[in-house]
Amino acid sequence: MLRVFWCVLLRDLTLALRRRTDVLTTLFFFIIVVSLFPLGVGTERQILQILGPGVVWVAALLASMLALERLFAADYEDGTLEQMVLTAQPLSILVLAKITAHWLLTGLPLVLIAPLVGMQYHLSDDAILIMMVALLLGTPVLSLIGAIGAALTLGLRGGGILLSLLILPLYIPVLVYGAGAVTASGIDMADTRPYLALLGAFLVAALTFAPLASSAALKISIE
Amino acid sequence: MASNWFRFAAPASFYPLAGRLIPVFWILTGVCLLVGLYWGFFQTPDQLGGSNAQKEYYRIIFIHVPAAWMSMWLYVVMVGWAAIGLVFNTRLSFMMANAIAPTGAIFTFLALWTGAFWGRPSWGTYWDWDPRLTTELILFFMYIGYIALHSAIDDTRRADRAAALLAIVGLVMVPLIFWSVNCPDPNQCAALHQRSNLTQIEGNILFSMLVVTFGFWMYSFASTLMRLRSIILTREADNTWVQELHLKGHRA
Amino acid sequence: MSEFFSQGGYAFFVWGAYGMVLVLLVAEILQLRAQRRTILARLGRLIRMRDSGVNQ
Repeated sequence: MLRVFWCVLLRDLTLALRRRTDVLTTLFFFIIVVSLFPLGVGTERQILQILGPGVVWVAALLASMLALERLFAADYEDGTLEQMVLTAQPLSILVLAKITAHWLLTGLPLVLIAPLVGMQYHLSDDAILIMMVALLLGTPVLSLIGAIGAALTLGLRGGGILLSLLILPLYIPVLVYGAGAVTASGIDMADTRPYLALLGAFLVAALTFAPLASSAALKISIE
Repeated sequence: MASNWFRFAAPASFYPLAGRLIPVFWILTGVCLLVGLYWGFFQTPDQLGGSNAQKEYYRIIFIHVPAAWMSMWLYVVMVGWAAIGLVFNTRLSFMMANAIAPTGAIFTFLALWTGAFWGRPSWGTYWDWDPRLTTELILFFMYIGYIALHSAIDDTRRADRAAALLAIVGLVMVPLIFWSVNCPDPNQCAALHQRSNLTQIEGNILFSMLVVTFGFWMYSFASTLMRLRSIILTREADNTWVQELHLKGHRA
Repeated sequence: MSEFFSQGGYAFFVWGAYGMVLVLLVAEILQLRAQRRTILARLGRLIRMRDSGVNQ
């Protein structure tokens, strides 16, 4: 079972690295959205420090949601997905592998670029560190929950808009605690622990249930 | 006896049953709303509380609380039918879930609207990012998402099942969302809404609130069954029973 | 009577809330009735089409 997981993961990564622009598009979308806010609300240091955590997290939600459309789309169009549903291997393992690959390509870059973005908002080193940890725990949850929506809207006209309508409300808990952790780091670093613990709990719960729900959704969409 | 109940799981036999039930529910709706609102407006005190009294505007409670209760209850019922549909693969349960969604969305909107009109005189603002308001708004998005996903898929079977799965995921997520906006700082929690306790409400107010709730519930039955009959007719238009029924109804 | 309608000066809030409830619930009922009529009319057309098809 682990071999199947690695097999799908490596396949997806190889395919994506052949079309590197897709990965870069998501990353640049994130950077552009974050960079636009100071131009809209003013560049005062204090305002930016207050807005920073929330803006970065909302931008991360949007970026990971935009990338979701491509999660199953290519495999759906060329029929690979149908073959995956028909294999004897448990579909949720295959789905989990695809989500992992998707996160490595779209979520992880956001975590790595976070220090740069944090500096744009004059966040302290502590806040940037917490933001990276929070993004590291939170963005996989976004990919996992989003996969359910991506599977449900597979192959629909205007699927992207619909996907955002279905999925964005479900991202709220991650947004609340992800941005909250960064804000709390400005008061006391010890205060951030419960936030990170909750994000970790979400990650474990999402890892357990989201692949099952997504594979159920895929079966509904494909049969 | 038990097998008799499954008879009504077939749209063909449920359709006439629903037709007979609808007038009963309408009568119950009318009676409950009249009694509840009469009691609410004429048998209750004009103001509540001590030094910072809630004046006449508190009477919005007689529709606000019932609408909010119905919005949540209808979502649970909708998910219940959707889950039954997924498990037992019964067409009628999916149609039931479908018929409930718009009525649920309407009650959710009404809970928000009446809440805003109550919030303005008592809190001084139409909207506040209070946990219950925020969660109610999210619940509204859930209903809209359900309806949007269902109408975006052309294949009825896939639409039913996809929307049902979405509704179930939503039912898991709504309490989590409520909890997260209720307690944005895990180190300490606070909320704007007073902790409500039904036993502390004055008897006349509680009475009319519960009667109106029952009235809204009956209204939900009536409107849902009406919508269900329309859905059945649309989906089963090619079946002979629908055509026979139509001929009987119009030529007899 | 006017005392009842003024609701102690909070008429706008009380009737604004009740008014929206009335409007939406009545609108839903009317929409459902209209929908039902449309469906029945379409069914009638379908059946007539089928009948005339049989006669030819």
